[in-house]
Amino acid sequence: MSHLTQAEISEQVKIIFDDIFNRTEPLKKKEQLKIPPQMMPAQDENIRRHNLDEVAVGYSVEQARVEAMRCIQCAKPSCIADCPVEINIPGFILSIAENDFQNAIDIIKETSLLPSICGRVCPQETQCQISCATGLFNKDVDKAVAIGRLERFVADWEREQGTIVPPEVKPETGKKVAIVGSGPAGLVVAADVRREGHEVTVFEAFHKLGGVMRYGIPEFRLPNSIIDQEVSTLEKMGVKFQKNYVVGRTRKLLDLMKKDNFDSIFIGTGAGLPMFMGIEGENLVGVFSANEYLTRANLMKAYDEEHSDTPFYHSKNVAVLGGGNVAMDSARMAVRLGAENVYVVYRRTEKEMPARVEEVAHAKEEGIQFLFLQNAKSIKGNEKGRVTGMECLRYELGEPDDSGRRRPVVIEGSEFMLELDTVIVAIGNGSNPLVSQTTPELVVNKWGNLIVDEKMKTSVDGVYAGGDIVLGAATVILAMGEGRKAAAAINEFLINSN
Amino acid sequence: MAKILHKEKLSADVYLMRVHAPLIVEERKAGQFIILQTDEEYGERIPLTIADASEEDDSITLIFQVVGKTTTELSRFNVGDDLPVLVGPLGLPTHIKNFGKVVCVGGGIGVAPLHPIAHALKAAGNEVTTIIGARNKELIILEKEMETIADKLIICTDDGSYGRKALVTEPLEELCKDEATKPDMVIAIGPPIMMKFCSLTTKPYNVFTQVSLNTIMVDGTGMCGGCRVNVGDEVKFVCVEGPEFDGHLVDFDNMMARLSSYKGIEEEAAHKCYVDKEFEAKVEETK
Ligand SMILES: Cc1cc2nc3c(=O)[nH]c(=O)nc-3n(C[C@H](O)[C@H](O)[C@H](O)COP(=O)(O)OP(=O)(O)OC[C@H]3O[C@@H](n4cnc5c(N)ncnc54)[C@H](O)[C@@H]3O)c2cc1C
Ligand SMILES: Cc1cc2nc3c(=O)[nH]c(=O)nc-3n(C[C@H](O)[C@H](O)[C@H](O)COP(=O)(O)OP(=O)(O)OC[C@H]3O[C@@H](n4cnc5c(N)ncnc54)[C@H](O)[C@@H]3O)c2cc1C
Ligand code: SF4
Ligand code: SF4
Ligand code: FES
Repeated sequence: MSHLTQAEISEQVKIIFDDIFNRTEPLKKKEQLKIPPQMMPAQDENIRRHNLDEVAVGYSVEQARVEAMRCIQCAKPSCIADCPVEINIPGFILSIAENDFQNAIDIIKETSLLPSICGRVCPQETQCQISCATGLFNKDVDKAVAIGRLERFVADWEREQGTIVPPEVKPETGKKVAIVGSGPAGLVVAADVRREGHEVTVFEAFHKLGGVMRYGIPEFRLPNSIIDQEVSTLEKMGVKFQKNYVVGRTRKLLDLMKKDNFDSIFIGTGAGLPMFMGIEGENLVGVFSANEYLTRANLMKAYDEEHSDTPFYHSKNVAVLGGGNVAMDSARMAVRLGAENVYVVYRRTEKEMPARVEEVAHAKEEGIQFLFLQNAKSIKGNEKGRVTGMECLRYELGEPDDSGRRRPVVIEGSEFMLELDTVIVAIGNGSNPLVSQTTPELVVNKWGNLIVDEKMKTSVDGVYAGGDIVLGAATVILAMGEGRKAAAAINEFLINSN
Repeated sequence: MAKILHKEKLSADVYLMRVHAPLIVEERKAGQFIILQTDEEYGERIPLTIADASEEDDSITLIFQVVGKTTTELSRFNVGDDLPVLVGPLGLPTHIKNFGKVVCVGGGIGVAPLHPIAHALKAAGNEVTTIIGARNKELIILEKEMETIADKLIICTDDGSYGRKALVTEPLEELCKDEATKPDMVIAIGPPIMMKFCSLTTKPYNVFTQVSLNTIMVDGTGMCGGCRVNVGDEVKFVCVEGPEFDGHLVDFDNMMARLSSYKGIEEEAAHKCYVDKEFEAKVEETK
């Protein structure tokens, strides 16, 4: 990542922009492939360490149109096949190049419902951008067409225009659908089912909507105002939201059908069961699951110490265990909450880290220290039961395992101490068992994920499921894709069930 | 939104509120709790036990002690006000069956959650002895309600201003010692330190002892892990696997440390809950 300022970026793009769009001859493919990739302008790292504003500011119009010109409009575009919801990528990108942003967003919306969110948080480098022809030509996936950034650009453009028209809703059918959980899976089902004229109620355990997008992914990566916007569009379509309602406890799942006359149910309760390492000292004061840490920070607004009632844990030295997006978010949040030293402790090397490249780069810029090939052995505390440090072990890479990745092997006798007051465990989430435990009729696999058929139907008639509760901790776009599939099946089920 | 239908001051800093919550009334069982917020934007989520429920006006009863920010704000709500956030019933219900002889021990505000459990145990055919403990006469709550349920009621105060001048562990030990009164099950609810010593008291007599843990919570649905405690060799989430556990297996010292997670170091020294300190000292004394 280079450190160009926003002003420098816009100066550079002006030159290229004028060069491309003031020609009489159209650009040749070869020339297109040589247009430099457009960098995402970002808040200065010394400023953003102290605020929660979005880090990536978004492309300017010039940048978007220049970046769009990098797409060579492949005859057989691999990008479409690599996007879980198969957005017509060359189509919307061409419209951006042609300065027709409305058409671009309309094309995206044919298949995707939450573009301003996916454009921000999709792991594009392993999805739509992984085998993009432009990237392949430049022999670097980071030089692929920035599909996600362009998607975000047009979605933001539409929001700023204030012209969002809620999708049309067909005449009321009198059928009722209950949706459990307001994460991306649930919201997408709500939209698709409501469009067909069915009455839709979304039940959410928390006092705010959006699932992990609200309480997990931080404001500096996905502003809450974007989720609010999506929710308000659904409200305009007539979707009802019932917050503070834990299905399985406030009502048993199947009682929604028996007592409240819902005709069909969608379960999108997500992967909300934090895993721990099972090492000594993990219950000391100062050891948090990433879920707790991020929920207090995001949902409960711990960063706003003046107003928020949620208790604030003042940390100086923080270690985050794990190497995924959740670990990056925790570490970067810790910096913003005032920690002086933040370490990410990961057992393998940078190459194997599942976190998105951009997040890792941002984290490094923000001063987070990465301890690769190291792992926690035990957490130490004082007489008051508070964390004082962590004993770590060093690893080296050994033989490849089943997945082909070289397995990290402990170096005997390599123990060393890290002085800490806070440890955040971000090694993953299992499936939330609450609904399945209180609904014995539902069949789950050995990890507690609901088992569904190819139409996302569970073992109970009329009950569908999708997203992380089926997939295990996955991604927003996969949750959305499953939601769309489930919604289609629910709509079909409702037509046939008179 | 949940409307407050009734408010009453039970003792110096203990309030009773009845709140309109028809769905919770329909589903709740003894031993379960709710989570509430006094402000949707910035408020903390705090758990409170459902002390009672009435189908007549679809209300649940909450009894709470003012100990900090949120409970103070809650005490300022009045009849007719709406609680912005109320969710429940959460947690597993108490396992109710006919054990035979049971002893219910309630300390301070713990008498509130104990009440519906004692009620259910009595209804299941148990012989119920209730021990209520408090620092002084003013802090005793629900005496009359407990009297109507229990076959035998023992009241203890630390200063002797009412009932016996004793800690609850004294009558509990006497009951365990005597084969004729030895309980088949004990349930103790109160400050962690009291539950710890009740568990230590019954252990040598092998009397199964349940405790209801009041850990810090956020979501109450098993998502955050903030409520975790060590029970035997296992880590349990109080909000979904509790709140009741076998007192002989609970690591109370760790739980108490975790309860003070968010206290500043100085504040911790100053606060070091007066009741806890006194209790500990007295137990040592009587040993
Ligand atoms: C910190 C973090 C960072 C992430 N970063 C990314 C990223 O950059 N890119 C990406 O693609 N993905 C990311 N993910 C993963 C992504 O957020 C999830 O895959 C996605 O949100 C799953 O959607 P979902 O709809 O299945 O469930 P969730 O978003 O988990 O939503 C489930 C909702 O259901 C509610 N619920 C649960 N049980 C009940 C019940 N019994 N009754 C009522 N409501 C209930 C929950 O409160 C929650 O609101 C991240 C996850 C985390 C935790
Ligand atoms: C399952 C369950 C049931 C409960 N039932 C009742 C009840 O019926 N009546 C009642 O008065 N209280 C009950 N509690 C305790 C109640 O939740 C706390 O008193 C409350 O959260 C304190 O909030 P606060 O903002 O007023 O205090 P804070 O300002 O947050 O803290 C003040 C003091 O209370 C301690 N504290 C903070 N959170 C908790 C907590 N969750 N549990 C215990 N102590 C805490 C702190 O360590 C501090 O010393 C219950 C707790 C649980 C987990
Ligand atoms: S939805 Fe995600 S995967 Fe699909 S095109 Fe957009 S950013 Fe790429
Ligand atoms: S693969 Fe790349 S270059 Fe080809 S159409 Fe898709 S985005 Fe454009
Ligand atoms: S309160 Fe969050 S897991 Fe129990």
